Amino acid sequence: MLDENKKKEVLVDVKDLTVQFGSRRHPFTAVDKATFQIYKGETFGLVGESGSGKTTIGRAIIRINPTAGGEVIYNGQKINGKISKELDKEVTQKIQMIFQDPMASLNERAKVDYIVAEGLLNLPKKLSKEERQALVSEALDEVGLLPEFASRFPHEFSGGQRQRIGIARAMIMRPEFIIADEPISALDVSIRAQVLNLMSKFQREYDLTYLFISHDLSVMRFICDRICVIHKGVLVELAETEELFAHPTHPYTQALLSAIPMPDPVNEKKKVLKVYDPTAHEYDKYPPSWREIRPNHYVWANDPEFEKYQKEQQ
Amino acid sequence: MDKDTIISVKDLHVKFTLRGAILNVIRGISLDIHQGESIAIVGESGSGKSVFTKTFLGMLDSNGYIDSGEILFRTDDSGSDESIVDLAKFTTEKEWLTIRGRQIAMVMQDPMTSLNPLRTIGKQLEETVLLHHKGMSKEDAHKRAVQLLTDVGINEPERRCKQYPHEFSGGMRQRVVIAIALACDPRVLICDEPTTALDVTIQAQILKLIHELQQKLNLTTIYITHDLGVVANVADRIAVMYAGDIIEVGDVNEIFYQPCHPYTWALLSSLPQLGIKGEDLYSIAGTPPNLQMEIKGDAFAPRNPYALKIDYLERPPFFDVSPTHKVRTWLKDPRAPQVEPPETVNRLGEGRL
Repeated sequence: MLDENKKKEVLVDVKDLTVQFGSRRHPFTAVDKATFQIYKGETFGLVGESGSGKTTIGRAIIRINPTAGGEVIYNGQKINGKISKELDKEVTQKIQMIFQDPMASLNERAKVDYIVAEGLLNLPKKLSKEERQALVSEALDEVGLLPEFASRFPHEFSGGQRQRIGIARAMIMRPEFIIADEPISALDVSIRAQVLNLMSKFQREYDLTYLFISHDLSVMRFICDRICVIHKGVLVELAETEELFAHPTHPYTQALLSAIPMPDPVNEKKKVLKVYDPTAHEYDKYPPSWREIRPNHYVWANDPEFEKYQKEQQ
Repeated sequence: MDKDTIISVKDLHVKFTLRGAILNVIRGISLDIHQGESIAIVGESGSGKSVFTKTFLGMLDSNGYIDSGEILFRTDDSGSDESIVDLAKFTTEKEWLTIRGRQIAMVMQDPMTSLNPLRTIGKQLEETVLLHHKGMSKEDAHKRAVQLLTDVGINEPERRCKQYPHEFSGGMRQRVVIAIALACDPRVLICDEPTTALDVTIQAQILKLIHELQQKLNLTTIYITHDLGVVANVADRIAVMYAGDIIEVGDVNEIFYQPCHPYTWALLSSLPQLGIKGEDLYSIAGTPPNLQMEIKGDAFAPRNPYALKIDYLERPPFFDVSPTHKVRTWLKDPRAPQVEPPETVNRLGEGRL
């Protein structure tokens, strides 16, 4: 959790990030000029539906997807585009990723010790086999798995255990920043709690910073300090978690919030589902921009909309 | 069997043979499902919730079989006893074909894998319609397909009929799967984790759609899910399953506001919607029991912080909390000590969310 008094130090600074797919003549813009900052030690949530570009942003930060424009500044250094080999190795170590589907993200033909230790092979400092094994045992222990699991194959584990292996693989690198891409979507409710608790434990112990990508706002409310909402590659709203839940401004955010299933049958049955209509904006006439509607609460809006939102807030 | 009961399961035991060993997957379930209601079956992976409903359709894997028990099913609305059949006694495909699709239909979990990628949506719908309405003309089948797509809220059904599954989004595919399930006017619709593979916004829309169709077509719906949060809106009754047994069953309000079984408490407490920020979320310790072993006493006892001595020795009977609410835990025995549910569950019960 972010301490109020602690000075907010920017760890990841994303400026006008654009990611395009397809040929150069017919590009498809998956992420359009995304700008946001992630502070050190916080959990930053990125929420949106499938195809909104939330995963693409995560993958662009960790250098899996090449960027078409804009900058990603990590700890004061630009890390997208062409960078030096040393910086590449440093970034590889400091930024790690936890993937969505633990059934698909582990190499089925490798044993757990190789899966967990693979990242270590990329470190500038070469480790001996014994050192690597010691680190693997320690990493497995930290995520609550037994050291003897190292000689087993992924198919011998349940979904929750596999996700722990995925976390151990990221944690063994002693990263500063972890991109968690829907880490619990594929898991059972009871296992979800274990994985979320594990993630908060690591955050407390190692002062980690998370980028938490999900489509499920109910989980994000529990774990995130700030939440950014993305729709069709465009960031539409950014605020601190409770602020966002108390004053959702953009119609898409409101639609997302109304869709959260609450375990409360009486109120659930009274709930009205809001549906977002993206054609309602008149962005041709009045071009939208990124504006601050309340302190530290930003929304993507044009002039008439912004006035309307301000009135609604009062 | 009551007049308004459509499916009545009596002491059902299902076993699987696996590498020479026998797994007791369903251990003596009794449950009445009423005509026109929507009931949710909730439990962890491996609790047997899918296996339980697959017995209604004769879709058990080849190594699974019904060991004993009855599944009485009322095949029409007449209310007469002649219309009752025992699904547990069915052996041939021919018998099952009178039930599958026409009487009981199923919506599978993952819309990405339950459609044939090589055939158009229209073809797949017409196929189902023709299979069950022998002698129907192709034009009529096509008309029916278009009508079904309209019913499930797909725009421009004529054009969409000619498209392939890959041209549909996940939510739209799930609508198509629902349309196929409804093709033969079933009376019971089983939805096996219908929204687990979908986004939250789409999930809400699909649940709403199923709910509306249920009202319109007077369907009996059975939801299977691991997420209690999802069913609060749509279910009339909830049955909580653990290790092949129903451990608590009651009206939706009773299960959410006055849950009595420690396992139901645990499931509710582990929902992130109820978590308090900065504190650890409640998680259930341990793993579900090995179904190869004979389970003695209460199956949840080893993971249950409230377990009593008798929980390890003798299986608890059902205790009636109210006429509609039954729970299988020794905590409800008059001799048991008074145990307060956890704080999270209390907060939910008092409406302090």
